[in-house]
Amino acid sequence: MITEASLNSVPGISAMYRFQWEQAQNCYVLLYPEGMIKLNGPAGEILALIDGDRSIIEIVALLKEKFDGAEGIEGDVIEFMQDAENQNWISLQA
Amino acid sequence: MANASCNAKPSLDSVPGVTPSHGQPLWLLAELTYKCPLQCPYCSNPLDFAAHSNELTTDEWIEVFRQGRELGAVQLGFSGGEPLVRQDLVELIGAARELGYYTNLITSGVGLNERKVAEFRQAGLDHIQVSFQASDEEVNNMLAGSKKAFQQKLKMAREVKAQGYPMVLNFVTHRHNIDQIDRIIELCVELEADFVELATCQYYGWGYENRDQLLPTRAQLERAERITNEYREKLAAEGNPIKLIFVTPDYYEERPKGCMNGWGQVFLTVTPDGTALPCHSARMLPVEFPNVREGSLSYIWNESFGFNKFRGYDWMKEPCRSCDEKEKDFGGCRCQAYMMTGDATNADPVCGKSPHHHKIVEARDSAETPVEGEFIYRNERNSRVFFRSE
Repeated sequence: MITEASLNSVPGISAMYRFQWEQAQNCYVLLYPEGMIKLNGPAGEILALIDGDRSIIEIVALLKEKFDGAEGIEGDVIEFMQDAENQNWISLQA
Repeated sequence: MANASCNAKPSLDSVPGVTPSHGQPLWLLAELTYKCPLQCPYCSNPLDFAAHSNELTTDEWIEVFRQGRELGAVQLGFSGGEPLVRQDLVELIGAARELGYYTNLITSGVGLNERKVAEFRQAGLDHIQVSFQASDEEVNNMLAGSKKAFQQKLKMAREVKAQGYPMVLNFVTHRHNIDQIDRIIELCVELEADFVELATCQYYGWGYENRDQLLPTRAQLERAERITNEYREKLAAEGNPIKLIFVTPDYYEERPKGCMNGWGQVFLTVTPDGTALPCHSARMLPVEFPNVREGSLSYIWNESFGFNKFRGYDWMKEPCRSCDEKEKDFGGCRCQAYMMTGDATNADPVCGKSPHHHKIVEARDSAETPVEGEFIYRNERNSRVFFRSE
């Protein structure tokens, strides 16, 4: 079921996927039956903060702490979460 | 992460890869045993499997997994034969998961039970693929060579989902079941599969011996593909996330498949006795393949004769050598070239440019004529006939 992503939504990685850092690829990846999606830097950093508990606004705050100059990223993060939910990588709780 | 792209916009696109001379063995297929309670006449195991019974030990397998992970392997398939026959499967799953693999169990479901499904989950198994022979009990059991197989498979598919695994259902289709494709898809929807592989039979090993009994007609194939597409639209409109993957047989193509994404590029198969192969059919080729008991996986992947034999383009003959599509299909499948032309360096006869293409056309033509005959079932007795006659 698709939920509209907002700052208060709580994302969780879908049961279909496993998320991990993959040294041989030098990037974060999503693993699924017989397949692998390599994530670009920002996508990996966002998904790494998903724990099924944090809301998007909390994830944004942690990203701002971690990366200097990450101002005004709320829109990009919400848009990414929405895309990721459409792909069924994550599910969102309102 | 000190990565230049950290300042970029997050996106669903993958990171641009670097292309070395050959790839990493991302996919490690562990054929744990050739033993199997079923006797499917299209089994991809070698015809003479009964001659290779000296199985790797638990420790030897775990060492293979460790070395594979160092080479970059991330997907690990437990296959066979029937991998459930191995009494150390839980231990192997646990070790593989600890190494960071995404672990896939590829099973017939025969020999599985509720307790094992739970034990495997606890050990860290990520995914179970259950193979079916047909949507219909009688046809399924006839093909499997077992009277109880179908009910057991249904039960186990339900159990896999109930315990929270992602589930792939695999149906090998051929002339005896492809006309029931609508029933097959409906069964998969009912069982709540996440992915469905509607894989048209490949004609290697036992499948090649039984090809006349298995190859569907072009009309059968086109109908099945049309129905699959109709279901895709219907299911998507209903919001069902199930993914239907339709694999066409290359016998109805005019250009060969880019087999295994190129020789020794992505796949590494280790067979029950430790022989390492660039694809699970390659054992049939007159090529010396390395064994994990005699050399490290790094040596095997990077340096061994067998894994370098058909890398690159220097081994090719005409029409492949000067073909502008060679970087797309690598000349097709080496096993098919060998089986049908007697020379593994020839173009895959699926290719319309191959001087042997008529052999494919003849197989298509004979598919139009109904065949009276018996399957050669994949079992120990029949296998011994093959290795004695070699």
